[in-house]
Amino acid sequence: MSLWARHAIFEKNSIVLLIGVLIVISIGGIVEIAPLFYLKNTIEKVDGVRPYAPLELAGRNIYVREGCYNCHSQMVRTLRDEVERYGHYSLAAESMYDRPFQWGSKRTGPDLARVGGKYSDDWHRDHLNAPKSVVPSTVMPAYPWLARADLDFRHIATDLSVQARLGVPYTPEMIANAVRDVTIQATTDHADADALVQRYPKAQARDFDGNPRRITEADALIAYLQMLGTQVDFTRYDDKANIR
Amino acid sequence: MSEARAVAKSMTLGESGTAIALGALAFLSLVVAARAHTPEYAFHAYLFSAASLIAMFAILYRYTERRSEPIPPELDDKPNYNMGPIKFASVASMVWGIAGFTVGLIAALQLAYPVLNFDLPWLSFGRIRPLHTSAVIFAFGGNVLIATSLYVVQRTSRARLVGDIAPWFVVLGYNFFIVIAGSGYLLGITQSKEYAEPEWYADLLLTVVWVVYLLVFLGTLMRRKEPHIYVANWFYLAFIVTIAVLHLGNNAAIPVSIFSPKSYIVWSGVQDAMVQWWYGHNAVGFFLTAGFLGIMYYFIPKRADRPVYSYRLSIIHFWSLIFIYIWAGPHHLHYTALPDWAQTLGMTFSVILWMPSWGGMINGIMTLSGAWDKLRTDPVLRMMVVSVAFYGMATFEGPLMSVKAVNSLSHYTDWTIGHVHSGALGWVGYISFGALYCLVPWLWNRPLYSLKLVNWHFWISTLGIVLYISAMWVSGILQGLMWRAYTNLGFLEYSFIETVEAMHPFYAIRALGGSLFLAGALIMAWNLWRTVYPRQADAPAAIASAQTAIAR
Repeated sequence: MSLWARHAIFEKNSIVLLIGVLIVISIGGIVEIAPLFYLKNTIEKVDGVRPYAPLELAGRNIYVREGCYNCHSQMVRTLRDEVERYGHYSLAAESMYDRPFQWGSKRTGPDLARVGGKYSDDWHRDHLNAPKSVVPSTVMPAYPWLARADLDFRHIATDLSVQARLGVPYTPEMIANAVRDVTIQATTDHADADALVQRYPKAQARDFDGNPRRITEADALIAYLQMLGTQVDFTRYDDKANIR
Repeated sequence: MSEARAVAKSMTLGESGTAIALGALAFLSLVVAARAHTPEYAFHAYLFSAASLIAMFAILYRYTERRSEPIPPELDDKPNYNMGPIKFASVASMVWGIAGFTVGLIAALQLAYPVLNFDLPWLSFGRIRPLHTSAVIFAFGGNVLIATSLYVVQRTSRARLVGDIAPWFVVLGYNFFIVIAGSGYLLGITQSKEYAEPEWYADLLLTVVWVVYLLVFLGTLMRRKEPHIYVANWFYLAFIVTIAVLHLGNNAAIPVSIFSPKSYIVWSGVQDAMVQWWYGHNAVGFFLTAGFLGIMYYFIPKRADRPVYSYRLSIIHFWSLIFIYIWAGPHHLHYTALPDWAQTLGMTFSVILWMPSWGGMINGIMTLSGAWDKLRTDPVLRMMVVSVAFYGMATFEGPLMSVKAVNSLSHYTDWTIGHVHSGALGWVGYISFGALYCLVPWLWNRPLYSLKLVNWHFWISTLGIVLYISAMWVSGILQGLMWRAYTNLGFLEYSFIETVEAMHPFYAIRALGGSLFLAGALIMAWNLWRTVYPRQADAPAAIASAQTAIAR
């Protein structure tokens, strides 16, 4: 019996065909995905990388809501021009708490993986309100509603506890203080700023949107943008540590 | 007859079960709406509630109107095909197609003229672009796939679709999913995972619909009167099953609360990136390729009136394509934090993938052996053959772009957008148009209104595609080169914004190409409309020729 004739078993039995398809499509995915959960260079812990502070997480959720990934990547590739343009290439660890990841696939605008600290809060506020006011030939849409909308953080503690269930190291103390931490981080010179920084090292706490009376969506988004790519101190990072 | 009349009318398990489930869903949705964290989510909950109630009453009304005995699977020893849901999906695909192309044109114009974002949340590019991609891929393409697969599986199995309410549930449920997903993006409800933007509750709905789709398809195959399963059905089955696996894997998430639209993906960072592109590239491989290859394997032989070129080639084509495609995802992540070995593996398989892809192209095009003259006389067949040629071009370009050295230039630029559109407009678009030009006359049993208009559609949209993809090639390669250009003193030559400024003319040309493609689709919609609803003057001739068609 030729091999072609043997193929009839798939053609004459829909369940056999179904099982055949399932086996054939499983192999590639398993080989490529499963090792990423135990290989050292994909699960390495790097000093400085910490979970998002509640205000930053709320800002990240706004970034996700507005679909910023459609035009901005968050992944500096290991190429000379990118490293010179954006900074040190991105490490796997730097997005270990990103759910979902926002590496993106298109740069209609520049990469944002290391945008934190590059521009002032005022610049970001103007840029979000009216991008052309600071970059005349930009094609970015304006986001004036962010500075107008109060940030809804009533449920932010639930967000943290769900992430904790998924393995993000949010402690019960962090979850209990989540709502308060939003206010602390969005206020300049808050009395409890030290407690916030203790929970979230290097967290920047101030009024980000230039409107101290309210905590707006712009506060959250700018807080997120200003911390992007700033967690790891690359003067102390050992890039040979994972080479075996 | 008297015996048949004696059968007492009672609800089938499907009718009563579905009605009860829908009633329960309507109630649950109301509870959720009352306590929803955001008004947008409450709006969706009300939509769910209204849709469930309407569907429940439709089932009850249908029960009161129907005869007491169930619809027979055969009439006069001939299969009693179930074409209602297929008609609905065909019309839906045309409607969504026009909507999706229009939104694409808006997105293209926004990039050329950003004032068109109007400073409104629900019109800004970040929300419009996913609406465009989902509308064309899942709303237009998905309805074409559901319509053709349910048609082909019945015809090639010589059996009526399994299920009474199930096929309608698939078609209506799927289109309701589209409404929820699309309106969600505009309202800011999104996971921001490319091509998997819908949030958890829309994903759940799609999962239920998809499982029923699989059962209907598989059940109909099992009911077949033919000993062999026709090759088109292998591709449809692989498409349905694999999309189910990909959907479940990539959307694994925990909602913040049942009262919140927000969820967090169980994967994170580099693992999420790999899972996403395992999904993303195989949405291309199995949704936009395997499914539409099923269309190719049925509609081209049927229209050309020739058998598939090589049966053995289809066997090789099928297994090699579905095996190799799954590996190709990492080529979206070259030079990123994904480990090198995974990138190289993805690249290698992407290059190998060129072969099965071209095997399929050869099998499709060579089916015209002995019927090449029809390319001149039949614009519908020409459209489908040109679609397979575009498939060949895109599946050559893809492996080329997956090579790391090429990808370092092309990635993040418009070259990718151009590549996607030569596949999407050329391959997926044209094979779908060809299938609809065949399917609508078959379903409504009327001749196509005008072949001349098909010709116009073909040439206008081909011009549009050429403008689109060449503009994107130039802008993509230009931008890639500008990003990496150095002065002779060793500094980066261009600031980022200078590369954005350089894109403007190409964005304008692209929008022009897109508007031509949309114009072609509008001609098509008019043509199909006139096919289904002929003018009074045309009607007698149409009915006469339809009658001869039936007599034949």
